Amino acid sequence: MSFPWAKHYEPKSDFMKWVDSRLPIPRFVYSAVGGGYPVPRNLNYFWNFGFMAGLALMIQIITGIVLAMHYDPSSAGAFLSVEHIMRDVNAGWFLRYAHANGASFFFIIIYLHIFRGLYYGSYKAPREVIWLIGVLIFLLMMATAFMGYALVWGQMSFWGARVITGFFSAIPFVGEPLRVWLLGGYAPDDATVNRFFALHYLLPFAILGVVILHIWALHIPGSSNPTGIEVKEEQDTVPFHPYYTAKDGFTVVLYLLIFAVVVFFLPNIMGDPDNYIAANPMSTPAHIAPEWYFCPFYAILRAFTFNFLWIDAKLWGVIAMFASIILLFFLPWMDASPVRSSGYRPLYKKFFWALVVDVIVLGVIGKLPPNQPFILIGQFAAIYYFAHFLIILPIVSRIEKPLPLPNSITEAVLAKHSSTSTLSGDLAAQPAE
Amino acid sequence: MRTLAPLVVGAGFIMALLFAIFASVFTPGFSLTPDPTAVSLFHKAPRHFEYSFEGPFGKYDHQQLQRGFQVYKEVCSNCHSLKLVTFADLKQIGYNEAEVKAIAKGWQIKQPTISNKDGSPTTRDNIPSDNFPLRYANDTEARSQNNGAVPPDLSLITKAREDGSNYVPSLVTGYTDFPAAQAAQFPDTRPDNNHYYNPYFSALNIAMPPPLKVDGLVSYKDGTVATREQMATDVGAFLTWAAEPKLEQRHHVGIASVIYLFIFAVLAYMSYRTIWGDKKH
Ligand code: HEC
Ligand code: HEM
Repeated sequence: MSFPWAKHYEPKSDFMKWVDSRLPIPRFVYSAVGGGYPVPRNLNYFWNFGFMAGLALMIQIITGIVLAMHYDPSSAGAFLSVEHIMRDVNAGWFLRYAHANGASFFFIIIYLHIFRGLYYGSYKAPREVIWLIGVLIFLLMMATAFMGYALVWGQMSFWGARVITGFFSAIPFVGEPLRVWLLGGYAPDDATVNRFFALHYLLPFAILGVVILHIWALHIPGSSNPTGIEVKEEQDTVPFHPYYTAKDGFTVVLYLLIFAVVVFFLPNIMGDPDNYIAANPMSTPAHIAPEWYFCPFYAILRAFTFNFLWIDAKLWGVIAMFASIILLFFLPWMDASPVRSSGYRPLYKKFFWALVVDVIVLGVIGKLPPNQPFILIGQFAAIYYFAHFLIILPIVSRIEKPLPLPNSITEAVLAKHSSTSTLSGDLAAQPAE
Repeated sequence: MRTLAPLVVGAGFIMALLFAIFASVFTPGFSLTPDPTAVSLFHKAPRHFEYSFEGPFGKYDHQQLQRGFQVYKEVCSNCHSLKLVTFADLKQIGYNEAEVKAIAKGWQIKQPTISNKDGSPTTRDNIPSDNFPLRYANDTEARSQNNGAVPPDLSLITKAREDGSNYVPSLVTGYTDFPAAQAAQFPDTRPDNNHYYNPYFSALNIAMPPPLKVDGLVSYKDGTVATREQMATDVGAFLTWAAEPKLEQRHHVGIASVIYLFIFAVLAYMSYRTIWGDKKH
């Protein structure tokens, strides 16, 4: 694990010596996130999102535990208990707005984290397992967010849960029994809120566990970097602490600042007004749309409107929606290019940006009502989504001629700064580190 | 094989989508722009009202909230409940203990309870800790008295509609005659005897009769002239408070947090720059 020049923990006080020789937690922390973990020196701000995602997860867990102390998981009581939290519980409004917007912020961070991985080829050997675990985390997050949204038991909670679980009935033979089994009834009701609450409380801890595996897997090869070339020698790296603790610390505060602006001044900006109406199984909202972070996948689901090859359109939609995420598991093996960073892949880079635009278009379409011309736009956007991963990427990665790579990270860094400094000065300073 | 698999799977999804596109494009009557409907042509977005609680420094105007409460009490409460608010909450908008007690005691609809003697259902006067009582025993009763529609509870109405604080006053002042243009184009959408035309309502025809038909429906204790516009704005402000009673605390804590985090962010940035020093990265 890690590089040969990684420093080892040396207890400074007798007390730490005593602890370290009995339970080497100080040693563990030191080599995981301390001075004993060498990290490439040239990481840009896109490498800060993993740390921020960890913060977002902690915010969700902490606010969530306190909310759960005041929440009533029943179809009659859920909506009222949420309003009780908003009106009567000390700082309840803060907890709830922080938790609801915290989920959205978590997804913003995770989308940036994933697109960072796509741009810089972070999923390639030897980091495939980090990526696989990441996709698993993403799936768990979606399940958690879906069930959490249902807990409010407003109109959109109820009808969203009903529509999403309804898709399971598209599966041949077992679909309808499966749907009833998932809901614990023919429509969302007491049994549904109760099990969603139990699972919504459980899954974040499952995510926490999987995040630990994610970071463990990361610590084997260490972080990649914007050049995508491997660390070769000590001067390519800096110790995580204090260098990256300081840099991550800065972006964490920046994150909290933007988060505070939304929580305190625009707390309902990402929510649907219909969810302030208590669930009513007798009245269907005019327009059912999921939360924004599901919209790209919802758009893919709705793009399939034709019974093709004897498969029902609805079933195509369900398969395609799951496939659009599952295919990410295969990415490390579909991308045959040995070069990681898009900075050196001129052709792939263009398609990458096309994908970014495409996913944004899908997201907008998923939120809009299913009318023309949005249906058609959604269908073309869905075509690009699948074409990008399953056709363009495998082909481009085989035919593309990458740009010449720098010889080392340090060389790339110094080349970037060559106008402002002398090469020898920086190199001479290195061994003293 | 491994190189071909993604291409085959991708081609499958793309074919299914292409067939879907062809199928819809070649359906007779296909058009890229859906036919206009009465709602798509005649529905209006809310007008804008000036409120004191807008913006990050916004605060409620307690005088206005009390006027709005008076409108709610004398007009809207005839049909609409406010079940998430308690009488004691009115202290937050400037009523004192005695006034709250008097408002609760004098409230027309009594609080359901059971008789101490034989446990049979009965009612009692409201007390400050009570929530505002429900207006109707159930939806069926509500419908039977309101042109077949249930008047929604107003506790959360400004959050339950897009741009709700502007929507509510736009709606209650927005009644007009059925427009001739709409009559010409969509004759079937003329409101029936149980409905009134209101372009701010999502369905255009609403079962609520115009609640603020004339000026001076209430006489304000603070001497403000009760024009329709004034009453609508005041009740809009009151219902915004009812839906978001913690707005002032939220803004307060928000300002402090943002200032604190901003300074903290500057310091964090400076320590990041200092720690990295002249280490090139
Ligand atoms: C005579 C009874 C009556 C009075 C008085 C009344 N309303 Fe209504 N209100 C209704 C009914 C009935 C509906 C349901 C309309 C429908 O669904 O068609 C309604 C609906 C509403 C709605 C919801 C519209 C929507 O978007 O669904 C609002 C907001 C509203 N009323 C506000 C008010 C306000 C504010 C007042 C006092 C100024 C008031 N109402 C007075 C009967 C009344
Ligand atoms: C709870 C959610 C997650 C947390 C807390 C988390 C945390 C982290 C952290 C701390 C790092 C190292 C810092 C960084 O590179 O940003 C990292 C790296 C990485 N993560 Fe995540 N992550 C999460 C979800 C995901 C997801 C959903 C994916 C992809 C689908 C993913 C893929 C990766 C990859 C590939 C790396 C290595 C990047 C590189 O070295 O270039 N992660 N993650």
